[in-house]
Amino acid sequence: MADEALFLLLHNEMVSGVYKSAEQGEVENGRCITKLENMGFRVGQGLIERFTKDTARFKDELDIMKFICKDFWTTVFKKQIDNLRTNHQGIYVLQDNKFRLLTQMSAGKQYLEHASKYLAFTCGLIRGGLSNLGIKSIVTAEVSSMPACKFQVMIQKL
Amino acid sequence: MAVCVAVIAKENYPLYIRSIPTENELKFHYMVHTSLDVVDEKISAMGKALVDQRELYLGLLYPTEDYKVYPSHQLCRYGYVTNSKVKFVMVVDSSNTALRDNEIRSMFRKLHNSYTDVMCNPFYNPGDRIHSRAFDSMVTSMMIQVC
Repeated sequence: MADEALFLLLHNEMVSGVYKSAEQGEVENGRCITKLENMGFRVGQGLIERFTKDTARFKDELDIMKFICKDFWTTVFKKQIDNLRTNHQGIYVLQDNKFRLLTQMSAGKQYLEHASKYLAFTCGLIRGGLSNLGIKSIVTAEVSSMPACKFQVMIQKL
Repeated sequence: MAVCVAVIAKENYPLYIRSIPTENELKFHYMVHTSLDVVDEKISAMGKALVDQRELYLGLLYPTEDYKVYPSHQLCRYGYVTNSKVKFVMVVDSSNTALRDNEIRSMFRKLHNSYTDVMCNPFYNPGDRIHSRAFDSMVTSMMIQVC
């Protein structure tokens, strides 16, 4: 992974770039989140291929989720997920108490409405990674107070 | 030496396949195709194994068999499956030199590294056939170098 400051700057530029092109009418308004999510999806696919190169084969779904929370998160965001919860029926909640991409914004509720822009890429990242490992899923994010956020992963059973 | 190298997608269609004696390509495609069932069998058996046995390299897929067209050649098939369920199958000619397991392993490792580079290339769409020149030349080097 490149130096983390570079990643943060690039990510910020990416978000504002996509939203700027929406203002100029290049991207349909409201499709920005989808576009960022799709970018994340492709990156996630590539990254997971690289990260799982030297690991043993995964035992089951939970094993994969643990890998995402520990190794994947550490490599991308320099910290582990703080809390992983599951109902054992295909829903996982990943909680990060100090999410890297939000730490640059002031804590609290001031910029809460903008938070979703900065989480879309990461949602895609998780979804892309999982899909490359053979798990189809829907990933949504929610924020209640700023640097903390939750990602909900819903596994799509075939 | 490797006489045929194949990369097969999760959904079991070929992403890349190349063999060295080009006149009998179809025969090799057939050989690779028939080994896919063995690969599947090995993966499902591996799910229950211990952690240290769950490695990506699957080992020899099929006992040695004589290749009908060149009667003096003995061909072995080896398999490897990445965590993303992409399968690598290699047909190796072991008639004059018995290759050690370690050599095969390192060949697969090289192949995997190269495949990862292809996956991380933003101009490549996952699931498409591999046309990368770098990947191609790596396969070529593997086919010649080991003989």
